[in-house]
Amino acid sequence: MVYLTRLEHFNAAHKLYNPNWSNEKNEEVFGLCANENWHGHNFDLYVTIKGEPDADTGFLMDVKKLKSLIKEHVIAKVDHKNLNLDVEFLKDKMCSTENLAIGIWNQLAPHLPGNVKLHCIKLYETARIYVEYFGD
Amino acid sequence: MSNKVAVYRKEHFNAAHRLHNPEWTEEMNKKVFGKCNNPNYHGHNYELEVKVIGVPDARTGYVMDMKELSDIISKNVLEKFDHKNLNLDTDEFRQLNPTAENIVMVIYNLLRAKIDARFDVQVRLYETERNFAEYPA
Repeated sequence: MVYLTRLEHFNAAHKLYNPNWSNEKNEEVFGLCANENWHGHNFDLYVTIKGEPDADTGFLMDVKKLKSLIKEHVIAKVDHKNLNLDVEFLKDKMCSTENLAIGIWNQLAPHLPGNVKLHCIKLYETARIYVEYFGD
Repeated sequence: MSNKVAVYRKEHFNAAHRLHNPEWTEEMNKKVFGKCNNPNYHGHNYELEVKVIGVPDARTGYVMDMKELSDIISKNVLEKFDHKNLNLDTDEFRQLNPTAENIVMVIYNLLRAKIDARFDVQVRLYETERNFAEYPA
């Protein structure tokens, strides 16, 4: 088994705000992140797939193909966007980095070729904060 | 030989913004600013480097007390811009397009007013790892 990781980037606005709570409760729980006019991040996305290298190419997967899949199914939908307002797959969800990582997994997993499996979505919100999702 | 030394303080803040010229049509804005014109904003982790140049003080060995510099940056820059929408939440960018160029000039002016005139100041602002601006050039 070999693991292959591709790193991509996107920039987006978001806020953490639960519409079922009062403004005060949101501010208490989410602090600065609840700012009603949004704030934003440079997200770093590590997509790791796993499987056996192909005997003819030596590749687990053509990384150019992996890059295209990530661009088409993830980056095009989130880059330079407002995660709360512009992203269909986050509709009615809290825009935390945790939920974003799960959403990205669900966007990508169905499009990978049969011989590879998605292993991990690792998503950095800042250089100091990241989440990992392994699909379970 | 000059005894001047440069000291640097790094800080960071996260903010939303959009690039938009209200005097242009929607099409023109889209053509010039592309994805950065998204009406619902996007955002960045901004990295800020503040350079202060001076002669180290004979008694302390410091050019400037870095705690003091850190407090000046926090109070005059980070409190204004961190977790804010630059276009909507700040007086500085209500009328001024928040490009990295304009942001770095605004930050320089905010800091220059608070740092002793005997020091030279230069500010570098990273919008992404690959895009950054510096003022004065």
